[in-house]
Amino acid sequence: MAAIKVHGSPLSTAVQRVVACLYEKGVDFQFVPVNMAAGEHKSDNFLALNPFGQVPAFEDGDLKLFESRAITHYVAHEYADKGTQLLIPGSNKDAAVLQLWTEVEAHQFNSPASVLAWELFYKPIFGKVTDAAAVEENEGKLGKVLDVYESRLSKSKYLAADYFTLADLYHLPNLQCLLGTSAKTVVESRPHVSAWVKEITARPAWSKVLAMQKQ
Amino acid sequence: MATTPVKVHGPPLSTAVSRVLACLIEKDVPFQLIPVNMAKGEHKSPDFLKIQPFGQVPAFQDETTSLFESRAICRYICEKYAEKGNKGLYGTNPLAKASIDQWVEAEGQSFNPPSSVLVFQLAFAPRMKLKQDQSLISQNEAKLEKVLEVYEKRLGESRFLAGDEFSLADLSHLPNAHYLVNAADRGELFTSKENVGRWWGEISSRDSWKKVVDMQNQST
Repeated sequence: MAAIKVHGSPLSTAVQRVVACLYEKGVDFQFVPVNMAAGEHKSDNFLALNPFGQVPAFEDGDLKLFESRAITHYVAHEYADKGTQLLIPGSNKDAAVLQLWTEVEAHQFNSPASVLAWELFYKPIFGKVTDAAAVEENEGKLGKVLDVYESRLSKSKYLAADYFTLADLYHLPNLQCLLGTSAKTVVESRPHVSAWVKEITARPAWSKVLAMQKQ
Repeated sequence: MATTPVKVHGPPLSTAVSRVLACLIEKDVPFQLIPVNMAKGEHKSPDFLKIQPFGQVPAFQDETTSLFESRAICRYICEKYAEKGNKGLYGTNPLAKASIDQWVEAEGQSFNPPSSVLVFQLAFAPRMKLKQDQSLISQNEAKLEKVLEVYEKRLGESRFLAGDEFSLADLSHLPNAHYLVNAADRGELFTSKENVGRWWGEISSRDSWKKVVDMQNQST
């Protein structure tokens, strides 16, 4: 039985972030489904794993963690020798550049991208009505963020380095949602961003994450 | 005379800038604070955009290293100056670090969004003569209350968020919490809860934070 357990739903972007990292590292894990429709993520048992009542929750032996970016950071370091190199080893300066772009994802990209994903991708699935004003506002915000990315990606093959790292991986779940909606124009109208998105979403590990949703 | 290699660009009144200042002072790392006149739009000038392409503060330099995003800057300071000042600030082993990362993320993802809105609406908007949005205020008070309920439980089990020692996770909360308590009349959010109140009392009375508050007061 794998020492690593991921508790969550394959539809959750935060869960996908963690699973993508585990597939990139080629590390065995057990996926423990959480029935969110039945409110399982608010049960006492689950709250013991994530006191915020959110997915994912993560275990590696005795270690228990939540927050997808903390989990993936731990996995990338703990299993540094396995699978894809997702970090930038070497100097503090290089490691800091990775930290910088992971923070940019969390604090600049994630907010408008996840609002758009919710409004345009998830709401239709749950039979709810999209808020057009929220879509317009957040497409504007996302556009401004992606202008910075366009400039960055014209100088660097991937966000933090010349190779794929955690910083790029963090974007995959929300990007994948957006590509299936009208908001894809925000991405596709920027050539370097568009090329980067095509590359990272074509990674085999990411295809495995998408395959989980079909089960 | 050699110039100090570490430079922080931005006003000490900015929550993100003060996060970095608190970290530098905890780690005993000398730095130079370079003012950025935001009222005059200096943070959107072409020169500033070169060091922070999103046009926000802080921007940070350490010799040839140029960074932005306050939480990334703090982690860099802790890694590079591991042996200086508070050595345990970012943990001294991978498990401690994972726990600290978890609560820094919780701060960034759960505490920061509602508290930033409240800080802006209650502390900054009146001073900037901007109209407050009452519904935004109530929504975010409710969100923050839920987050602090989680903290109340956690801080009943653990002295600080990530463990028994003050860490980057607690430090990350200081800027927004300080304004909520001292400039937005929302101290009750913290003091009405036994464990959160105890924790707030401890972290806000650290020497490093008192020095940051001094810098903020002197800058007005």
